[in-house]
Amino acid sequence: MQALQIIWFLLIGILIIGYAILDGFDLGVGFWHLFAKKKSERSAFIHSIEPFWDGNEVWLLTAGGALFAAFPPVYATVFSGMYLALMLVLLGLIFRAVAIEYRNKVDYPVWVKFWDIAFSVGSILPSLLFGVAIGNVLRGLELNGIGDYTGGFFALLNPFALLCGLVGLSMFALHGALYLAMKLEGAVAGKASKWASKAWYAFIFLLATVLPFGVKECIHGVKEIPMAFILLMLVSNSCVYALNRKGRSKAAFLTSCCTIALLMLAVASALFPVIVPASNNPELSLTVYNSSSSQLTLTAMLIIALIGMPLVLAYTVFIHRIFKGKITVVDE
Amino acid sequence: MDAVLLARIQFALTIGFHYIFPPLTIGLGWMIFLYQSRFQETGDPAFRQLARFWTKMFAISFIVGVATGITMEFQFGTNWAAYSRFVGDIFGAPLAAEGVFAFFLESSFLGILLYGEKRVSPKVYWFSSLMVAVGATMSAFWIVVANSWQQTPAGYRIVAGRAELTNFWAAVFNASTLPRYFHVVSGALVVGVFFILGLSALMILKNKHTEFAKRSLKSVLIPSFAVILITMFVGHHHGFQVSQTQPAKLAAFEGLGETQTEAPLLLFGIPNEKEERMDFAVRVPGLVSLFVGGKFDTQVQGLKDFAPEDRPPVALTFFSFHLMFYLGLWFALVSFIGLVLWWRNRIFESRLFLWMAALTVPLPFIANELGWMAAEIGRQPWVVYGEMRTADAISASVPAGQILASIIMFSLIYSLLFGVWIFLLRKQFNKGPGPLEGEVA
Repeated sequence: MQALQIIWFLLIGILIIGYAILDGFDLGVGFWHLFAKKKSERSAFIHSIEPFWDGNEVWLLTAGGALFAAFPPVYATVFSGMYLALMLVLLGLIFRAVAIEYRNKVDYPVWVKFWDIAFSVGSILPSLLFGVAIGNVLRGLELNGIGDYTGGFFALLNPFALLCGLVGLSMFALHGALYLAMKLEGAVAGKASKWASKAWYAFIFLLATVLPFGVKECIHGVKEIPMAFILLMLVSNSCVYALNRKGRSKAAFLTSCCTIALLMLAVASALFPVIVPASNNPELSLTVYNSSSSQLTLTAMLIIALIGMPLVLAYTVFIHRIFKGKITVVDE
Repeated sequence: MDAVLLARIQFALTIGFHYIFPPLTIGLGWMIFLYQSRFQETGDPAFRQLARFWTKMFAISFIVGVATGITMEFQFGTNWAAYSRFVGDIFGAPLAAEGVFAFFLESSFLGILLYGEKRVSPKVYWFSSLMVAVGATMSAFWIVVANSWQQTPAGYRIVAGRAELTNFWAAVFNASTLPRYFHVVSGALVVGVFFILGLSALMILKNKHTEFAKRSLKSVLIPSFAVILITMFVGHHHGFQVSQTQPAKLAAFEGLGETQTEAPLLLFGIPNEKEERMDFAVRVPGLVSLFVGGKFDTQVQGLKDFAPEDRPPVALTFFSFHLMFYLGLWFALVSFIGLVLWWRNRIFESRLFLWMAALTVPLPFIANELGWMAAEIGRQPWVVYGEMRTADAISASVPAGQILASIIMFSLIYSLLFGVWIFLLRKQFNKGPGPLEGEVA
C-alpha cells in the first residue's frame, strides 16, 4: 500500500511536470505576445502553438483528475481553499483557449486586438497563480479537522506566495521565449532569444530572493534532496543561458525543460511525504499516507496509467514530428 | 441566499452551457469521419468539400466545449469539497481515465484535422478524423460512468464516512451506465445530424451555396432518421432501467402520486405540488404499468410512497422529461417527412419541409439539456442516490459571496462566448464552403 501511495505521489508529480513543461511554453508565448510589435509577429506566435496547446492543457486536466482519484482530500482542500484564485485561473484559461482559435477568424482590427489581449492576459494570469498556489502549499495552509481551509482569502496573498507566482511567471516567460527562438526564423527568432536572456535574469533574481525564504519558512532548514535538485537545476539553468547565447535554440529549449522538471522535483521532495502541510497543527497535515484512496483504486488507476501514458507519449511525439520545422513570419 | 442553492445554480449554469457543445462535436465528428471515408473510397471532391466545411463549423464549436470543460473538472473540488472527499475513491478514476484515454487522443488528432491536411498523407488525415470522433465518444463514456455511479452506485462500501471501491468493473458498469451511455451518445448524434440538416436547408432557402447545400442535406437524411429511431429505442430502455433502479425518479417523470396498478401514462398535466396532484391531466390508462412490468396490473410506486424529504421536485422533472419526449417525436416526424419527400424527389421544392428542418436546429440542443435536467433533478435530493444528500456535499470553506461572484463572472463570460460563437457560425455559414477542387489555405 505504501509503495502505491508513493508511486501515485510520483505519477501526479510527473503529470504536473509534464503540464509545466508543455503548457509552460505556450503560456510563455502568451506573455511575449503582449510585447510583439508587429501584427505578422503576433500571427506567427499563435501559429507556432496552434496545433499543440490543446493537448498541452490536457496534462492539467489529467493531473486534476488523477489528484481527485488518488488523493481526494487534497483535491477537495486545495481546490475549495483557493476558490477565488482558481476562478481567476479558469477565467484566464477560458479566454486564452478561445482567443487562440478565434483571433484569426475575423480580419477586423478591434476583433484581433481584443483576442490578442485576451490571449496575453489569459496566459499571464494562470502563470502567476499556479506559482502562488504552489507557494501557499509549500508554506502550509490553516486547516480544520475536516481538512477545510480556514485561513481566508487574503492570507493567500502573502509575500512568499506572491514571489513564487513571479518565479513561475518568469520561468514560463523564459521557456516561452526559448520556444519562440527555436520555432521561428530570422529577426523575430533573434528577438525572442534576447527576450529569453532578459527573462533568464529575472528568473534567477527572483529565485535567489525566494529561495532563502523557502528554506527558512517552509521546509525549516536545509534538506539534502531538495537542495540537490536545486543545485542541479542551477547547473541546468546556466546551460540554458549559455546555449541560448550561442544560438543553439533547440538545445536551450530542451535544457529549459530539464530546469523546470528539476525545480518541480525540488518542490515535491521538500514536501514529501506531506502534500498539504497544515500551518496551524502539523497533525492535521494531508500526507501521502493519510489522504490517499484505497488500495484497489490506486491499483486500478495504476493499470490505467500504465496502459494510457505510453499512448499519450506516443501522440505527443507524433504530433510534434508532424508539425516540426520552423514557422516563417510573413510581413504584410 | 444560501451556499447550497448558489452552488447548485453555478453547477447548473456551467454544465448547462458546457453541454451545448460536446453533443454537437460528437455528432459532427462522426459525420466528418463519414465524409472523409466516402472521399477516401470514391475520390469525389464533393465529399472532401463537405468534410472541410463541417470541420470548420466543428472547430468553432469544439473550442468553446474545451474552454468550458475545464470549469467542470475544477468544480467538484472548488464547490463540492465534501462530495469530493466522500466519493473521490470512486468518482476521480473515471475523470482521470477520461483525460488519459480520451482527451489526449482527441486533442492530438484534432491538431492534425484542423492544421495538418497539407502535412500528412490522405490516409493519416482520414485516420485523424476517426480518432477525433472516437476520442469524443470515449470521453462521453467516462463522464457517463462517473454520473451513472451517482445515480445507481455499485461496487463500493462505506468505510469511515467515505465510499470505498470494492469492485472496479461493478462500479464502472453499474446499472445505469450502458443505458445512459447509449442514450447520451445517440442523443449527441441527433444534435450533430440535425444541425447539418437544418443549416443545409437554410442555405437552400436563402439561395446560398445551393449545390453544396443540396448534397449536404441529402447526406444526412438517412442518418437523421436512423439516429432518432435509435435514440428513442435506447431511451425507452433507459427509462425502463430508471423504473427498476430509481422509482422515485420514475414517479416524478410520470407525475404519479399514488402507488397503483394500471398506472396511467400522463400525456399532459400541470403538477400541483401543494395538493400533491396533477391538474389538467390527460392520461392513457395502464401504459406505465405495462412499460414497467409488461402487464397492466403491475404495481408502480407513486411519490407518496416516499418520505417528503426524499422526493425529487416534481414540476421540473416532469416537464423536462415530457418536453424531451415530445421533441424526440418531432425529430422523428421531420426526418420521416424528409425521407418521404426525397424518395418522391420533391425535397428541394418543399419550402415547408426546408423551414421545418431549419427551425429544428436549436431543438435537439434543448432536448439534450432537458434530458439531463430530468436525470439530475430527478435524482434529487441525493447527490449520490441513497447515500449522500446534495445539501451535505458542498464546500464548507467557501463563503456564499464568493460563489455568487463566480456565478456573475461565469454568466458574463458565457454570454460573451455564446454571442461570439453564434456570430462565427453565421459568418462561416454565409461564407460557405471553399471551392470544390484544390488545396486548403
